[in-house]
Amino acid sequence: MAMVEITINKRTISVPENITIMEAAKLNGISLPSLCNHPDQKVKANCRVCAVEVEGVKNLVASCSTKIAEGMKITTNSPRVRETVRTIVELILADHPQECLTCIRSGECELRQLAFKLGMKEVQGVKNTKRLPLDFSTPSLVRDPNKCIKCGRCAEVCHHVQEVGILYSHNRGLDIGVTPEYGKELKDVACVLCGQCVLACPVGAIYEKDETDKVWEALGDPDKHVVVQVAPSVRVSIAEEFGRPSGSIATSKLVSALRLLGFDRVFDTDFAADLTIMEEGHELLQRLQTGGVLPMITSCSPGWIKYIEHFYPELLPHVSSCKSPQQMFGAMAKSYYAKISGIDPKDIYVVSVMPCTAKKYEAARPEMRDSGYRDVDAVLTTRELGRMFKHEGIDFNSLEDGEFDLPLGISTGAAAIFGATGGVMEAALRTVYEVVTGQTLEKLEFEGVRGMEGVKASSVDLGGTEVKVAVAHGLAHAKQIMEAIAAGEADYTFIEVMCCPGGCIGGGGQPYGTTNAVREKRIQGLYEVDQKSEFRKSHENPAIQKLYADYLQAPLGPVSHKLLHTTYTNRCQHELQ
Amino acid sequence: MSMIDCQLVFNVENREYVDLDLYRSRGGYGALAKVLAADPRESVYVLKEAGLKGRGGASFPTGLKIEMVRSNQEQERYIIINADEGEPGTFKDRYIMTHLPFQLLEGVTIAAYLAGASRGILYVRHEYDEPRSVMRESIAQAKRAGLLGENILGSGFSLDIELFSGAGSYLCGEETALLSSIEGRKGRPQVKPPYPTQQGLWGKPTLINNVETLSNIPKIMEKGALWYRSLGTEDSPGTKLISLSGDIRFRGLVEVPFGASFRDIVYEYGGGPKPGRKVKAVNIGGASGVLIPEEMLDVPLEYGACARAGITIGSGAVFVLDDTRSILDNVSNRINFFLHESCGKCTPCREGLRQAQIIMEKLIAGQAVMKDVQNLERYTRVMQNASFCGLGQAAGNSVISSLHYYGEEYCSRCKDGEEDLYGEESA
Repeated sequence: MAMVEITINKRTISVPENITIMEAAKLNGISLPSLCNHPDQKVKANCRVCAVEVEGVKNLVASCSTKIAEGMKITTNSPRVRETVRTIVELILADHPQECLTCIRSGECELRQLAFKLGMKEVQGVKNTKRLPLDFSTPSLVRDPNKCIKCGRCAEVCHHVQEVGILYSHNRGLDIGVTPEYGKELKDVACVLCGQCVLACPVGAIYEKDETDKVWEALGDPDKHVVVQVAPSVRVSIAEEFGRPSGSIATSKLVSALRLLGFDRVFDTDFAADLTIMEEGHELLQRLQTGGVLPMITSCSPGWIKYIEHFYPELLPHVSSCKSPQQMFGAMAKSYYAKISGIDPKDIYVVSVMPCTAKKYEAARPEMRDSGYRDVDAVLTTRELGRMFKHEGIDFNSLEDGEFDLPLGISTGAAAIFGATGGVMEAALRTVYEVVTGQTLEKLEFEGVRGMEGVKASSVDLGGTEVKVAVAHGLAHAKQIMEAIAAGEADYTFIEVMCCPGGCIGGGGQPYGTTNAVREKRIQGLYEVDQKSEFRKSHENPAIQKLYADYLQAPLGPVSHKLLHTTYTNRCQHELQ
Repeated sequence: MSMIDCQLVFNVENREYVDLDLYRSRGGYGALAKVLAADPRESVYVLKEAGLKGRGGASFPTGLKIEMVRSNQEQERYIIINADEGEPGTFKDRYIMTHLPFQLLEGVTIAAYLAGASRGILYVRHEYDEPRSVMRESIAQAKRAGLLGENILGSGFSLDIELFSGAGSYLCGEETALLSSIEGRKGRPQVKPPYPTQQGLWGKPTLINNVETLSNIPKIMEKGALWYRSLGTEDSPGTKLISLSGDIRFRGLVEVPFGASFRDIVYEYGGGPKPGRKVKAVNIGGASGVLIPEEMLDVPLEYGACARAGITIGSGAVFVLDDTRSILDNVSNRINFFLHESCGKCTPCREGLRQAQIIMEKLIAGQAVMKDVQNLERYTRVMQNASFCGLGQAAGNSVISSLHYYGEEYCSRCKDGEEDLYGEESA
């Protein structure tokens, strides 16, 4: 790598060429402030709080967008820079509601942290007191346009990572805002509720619809039997809420903490993930044997389901009819579990802890009441659960290890990796291989479907039959595969699609600060959980075997069909109008 | 001899040049024929020698810009004529398009040939109905005469020019915002680099020049760099079209050789203030320009001298305020203009203007205190230092310059304004 010499604050240093001033400063121990910059996004240079002086340039320059050059003399610590940066932050604060104490983002707000870092003592500008209405229209997300600082990070991820493109920066001057088209509400546009915008937002302008009060109420109701299920990816992210490194495995502490919250039973969505593999694996085999629609596409990710319902409804026959693990769990909790525990399902209250904002929407779908009740009563994101733990004063990191309750707490390593892109595919292949060939799979790791590449194509030898599979994560990549299917150019048999980059570990309900680097660490955590699991193939899960023996009888059987499978809706707005 | 009578670049009296035959009979399109027959590198050299600089406001050397596009590896290149003349008080491009359309088209054709662009877009300000229709007709005439379109004058060089109408945004005169708007996106500025000369319209190298700049080219090519340099000064060769307006006797467009003083412009060309009135302030460069007092009018119209005096020539608008005018009203009016035209993309411009407007209103209502004035100065300074594009960087010029020269008008409006604005330092 070629190096160039530059001077930062009178110190001459050597840095790689073709990087920005901000990157060069970082390499030399100076973190310049920034609000619109995001490590996984293109440079926007909107906020201007990273302004620095460059000798020979009349005005200050934005360090995020200005590349270094040989001999460049940069000053980041002059009175002029200081006044500029502090004034810009002051200008933002004057336009920003001063509601930090009750803001959902509060201590994790990047603006608040920056104001603190700069020691802002006073906002001299006239405060903007104009208030716009909040958007509560969906079960998943709340938009507060008043807190928006117009950095553009949410629109960037919506357009360029997900390519859903429902958030626009529109109008000009003081009327600028980032909203759905024509200022519509989120429910009226093709928003898939993935919540990637929430992770992108530096402040509290868009956030999950909080359900913690619902859960507190259920926990306090003596007539309710409150059970909780925890999604695979939450065990490798929840500890971040308590200062642990990204990807730390915290399954046992999570179980103990949930028990401390007062849940009657602490169960595992992984149990239902194994169940999903049984149903989906057999559905794939059935499609292969009966000439069904192929390629078959996974259906675990509710953001993905809403996306295909909006954008590719003609491809819905490709989607597996299996409910997601969350919903399979809910249906089992209020049927099978009610039966074996002797509890009236009307008294069972199912809470799920998910890495996902779209799961809130999924749980509220009218199709998801096959047990006779709403299968899942409340959905908490990882962040909400973290807040509940903090509320109760639970010292998460020092808790004793706990174990999931039986039987809906028993799971395999195959279920754990559901949370990582390629994981559902890998789990399905482990089972399908053994069902089809009748032989034991020696090497459980399917490396070809692992990793952060956007579209992963691979092929698997199923006892002499070559099966082509593909995995996509992030909707922009899913779109590529959908276009290929629509064009008749996708000769895959089975496709896994996850709405969010990296899969559920990168979901919109995960802790703030979820970047691609963090995603990779969480994925490593999940593979470690898999490695250490007693059982690593879904069909070997003894609790699942017992569930089929005692209740469901066989995959795709009539009971399964009623409780574990679902239908989809064409939400294409052009056709509806 | 009056300077207006001598042979300059535009000869703004020659309105009959709207007729192609007449334009050609007086030597029009001779320069193009000459350029098409010559080595393009030599022609670019002539432009560089002539020292022509962009007249849209940034005064970037035109020959160098053409060379940058020309040297790009990418063969598909564009030329864009920036006729989104939105700077308040500026009407030079309107005049050229309405009265000297072929001089512009000849300049465009030469520039396109030298830059190697075969497609051009004339980006006309939304409000310019008449110039647009004159240009549409003139492009058609030139095409019929073989001066545009395929194989121009039998040279093998082809150029098509299409008209594109702006939608009323001031900011779209900024070149990256202009490109965005042609491509169907919001008219907001983009991060540079890449510069349009590298990746412009549809990602292709693009030469973007102002109408006046391009209209200079035929005369330079016809009469040579030495002739052109003889018109202005060493620092700033040639002439500048000045849009004169405000409280003076003769308003209108004049062509002024560089080197003349602003006093000449206001008193000779403009005839001075109306009878019985005195010049209180002169606004140079439009809404984004500065306000200077009468005492500073001896500064010559010249890029270097103006820069040293803190004056931006900009588009060449000169607007005179006589002693009946309020500086604060003028500044407030301009802040409102920029607040309306700001795209809102970057914080200093959007929020700085919000605060500036509030403070100006407080001042005019007599509700402000000195602290407000200090904040106003700080906010506009930060806008100038840190805004994303030229709009925000220049939006506070009127505040900064008027605080400097007319600080007492601000202080006298403050409730606690007896003390000097700058405290002991200015004593």
